[in-house]
Amino acid sequence: MKLPSVEYEAPATVAAAVDLLAEHQDEASVLAGGQSLIPLLALRLARPALLIDINGLQELSGVSASNGWVAVGAMTREHVAEDSKTIADSVPLLAAALPLIGHEAIRNRGTIGGSLAHADPAAELPAVARALDAEFVVRGRSGERVIPAAEWFEGYLTTSRRADELLAEVRFPAAAPGTGVAFHEVARRHGDFAIVGLAASLTLSGGTISDARLAFAGISDVPVRASGAEDLLRGEIPSAELFDQAARRATEDIDPPADLHGSSEYRKKVAAALVRRGLQAAAENADERQ
Amino acid sequence: MVDITVRVNGGTRTGSVEARKTLADFLREDLDLTGTHTGCEHGVCGACTVIVDGRAVRSCLMLAVQAAGSEVTTIEGLAPDGAMSTLQEAMWDSHSFQCGFCTPGFVMQASAFLKAHPEAGEQQIREALSGNICRCTGYQSIIDGVLLAAERNRQG
Repeated sequence: MKLPSVEYEAPATVAAAVDLLAEHQDEASVLAGGQSLIPLLALRLARPALLIDINGLQELSGVSASNGWVAVGAMTREHVAEDSKTIADSVPLLAAALPLIGHEAIRNRGTIGGSLAHADPAAELPAVARALDAEFVVRGRSGERVIPAAEWFEGYLTTSRRADELLAEVRFPAAAPGTGVAFHEVARRHGDFAIVGLAASLTLSGGTISDARLAFAGISDVPVRASGAEDLLRGEIPSAELFDQAARRATEDIDPPADLHGSSEYRKKVAAALVRRGLQAAAENADERQ
Repeated sequence: MVDITVRVNGGTRTGSVEARKTLADFLREDLDLTGTHTGCEHGVCGACTVIVDGRAVRSCLMLAVQAAGSEVTTIEGLAPDGAMSTLQEAMWDSHSFQCGFCTPGFVMQASAFLKAHPEAGEQQIREALSGNICRCTGYQSIIDGVLLAAERNRQG
């Protein structure tokens, strides 16, 4: 498949990129790592008139920590994030999810911001961002706007970024001491999109759960938080019975889509199993981190 | 059309390309480097894998204009004077190929991986090659070849 004809600009500054977006609006697509956008072009699922290539914008790359948050530039490549000590130390859930994204050659080009702006509900990073209440920093001509993860994902491949805004940075809260994490997924083949995925984070203080975060990938048109199960876990002492209850609570209200990879019923069973396993794994590594 | 200059297999190459042209098509059509194969052309099969600035990438998921100023190595660049690399030799000895269509992608992916991870064992090699599809071998002979290359590299 060859790409359709398209105009191409590679602005030298974020301001110039934002100007191009303001001028072309919906007619333009932002090209970051290209690992999702180029297939969309090849398959004619996206037909922008203009590609705005932001690969030259160095200011959008990098990982930095301050005031309890880790800021990841939108153009930070996934392999760079995977090797980041700051992310490994402070955002362990993100670190756990990164190696599961696609394959090595994909992560060599793919970017954090690109995956989150593409917003595939079966992808790993949207579930992580949703679980951690990440913040999305977008820039437009009139300045900067910060959008919480709960408002970022609006539907299948759809975010609350306006057509004239550029995703510049994603901020993740640093994990509290005593936090254990797990990212588990079931896929037909390692590196494929998850049939169901789960981001899990548990914070233990003095043996009880002080914070619990669970978000699913692959069960809806957006990543889904399991708030009911989180409430059930908070204040309790970790146990297999508790995690079993949480799994039931997390999956009682979900209605996953059916496709050739699995029926809705199958996805629901997988989701419950992932909650049990994810919580067990998170509780175990929370102990190690305390 | 956009004028680009790319370093390919140690030489400087120039071209004038449409923005929509992928690096894979630029290598094959403009530079006649047809060793880079295009299979699925949407990033699933890994046949078009080349090395850009030291890292394995899918040349069907990168535009030729984006490679301007980069250092690209294709399968043709692994044996510049006709002598096979240790990896190619080991894969030959292990019968790592059948029809050969996927071979350039596997060799480039394995080449970048072994350079970065000379101590890699079987599990890591399997993981590193998991993004490349082969419909003939069943993969075992490919893994054997890459493992053999890793051993030979370590023995010097």
